[in-house]
Amino acid sequence: MNKNEFLTGLRDALSGLPQESIDDRIAFYAEMIDDRTEEGLSEAEAVKSLGSIETITLQILDDFPLATLVREKVAGKKKPGGGTVFLLCLGAPLWLPLLIAAAAVVISLYISLWSIVISLWAIWATFVGTAFGGIVGGGVMLFLGHVPTGIAVIGAALVCAGVSVFAFFGSRAATRGTVGLFKHAVGAVKKRLMQKEVAK
Amino acid sequence: MDIQLKRGLLDVCVLAAISGEDSYGYQIIKDMKPYIELSESTLYTILKRLEGANMLTVRTAEHGGRLRKYYRITEDGQRRLADFKEEWKEIMAIYRFVTRGDGSHE
Repeated sequence: MNKNEFLTGLRDALSGLPQESIDDRIAFYAEMIDDRTEEGLSEAEAVKSLGSIETITLQILDDFPLATLVREKVAGKKKPGGGTVFLLCLGAPLWLPLLIAAAAVVISLYISLWSIVISLWAIWATFVGTAFGGIVGGGVMLFLGHVPTGIAVIGAALVCAGVSVFAFFGSRAATRGTVGLFKHAVGAVKKRLMQKEVAK
Repeated sequence: MDIQLKRGLLDVCVLAAISGEDSYGYQIIKDMKPYIELSESTLYTILKRLEGANMLTVRTAEHGGRLRKYYRITEDGQRRLADFKEEWKEIMAIYRFVTRGDGSHE
């Protein structure tokens, strides 16, 4: 990839950002490439040392909160004309419930995923509780003279304690996975917002 | 490392890189390279942040038939750098205390 291809590609990837912000960043990367070629690197090598456009875009994403990207997206659109507003009002009985339904789906997905995570932790807590209860209960039975029952209960309690260790790692993995998933989802939304629609 | 701490440290690194004489983007990255690897996009963000905080000023000058941006540290920037050195004396003392029993010092 040469300098022009790189800068054009980067400009496209950032096209959803405020214009001055794009120009400033492009100038910055252009200077970086020029300074490297001046040192004797070829354009291709200079571009390569900056990393892929994808990586750079992702890093820049972190600088822009989701709210800014949405605002920029909305501000970038032309003001709706009278006709559009009229149609929007007329169509409200149709699109408003659809919008609410879509939001409800997203929210319920969010809640369901977290419910699963919470249930997993509840299972873990149950095993821990049973293990403690079993050891104490089994001890009491032994003390009262019910030796075989006491031993059986303590044995079961130890099994529960063992399972709880696995349950802990499982629950932790599920929590991390869910957090990662939502981070990923927000990242994907940001990336979409950062790029303007190609067809215009 | 804690992300806020790292961000603050990198700010100071960039200030240190321009504390001697004015410098430009690629030079800053090269100067820091033996110590810390810094990506261009990270540097860009730091430079903007420092400019916004009045710790450096930017000027555009011609260089070899093209434009290049030079960064100069301000008095606020110098003060930040001096404060950092003072603060870290304390932090290093704490570090020595925390690691006093470790035997092998790095």
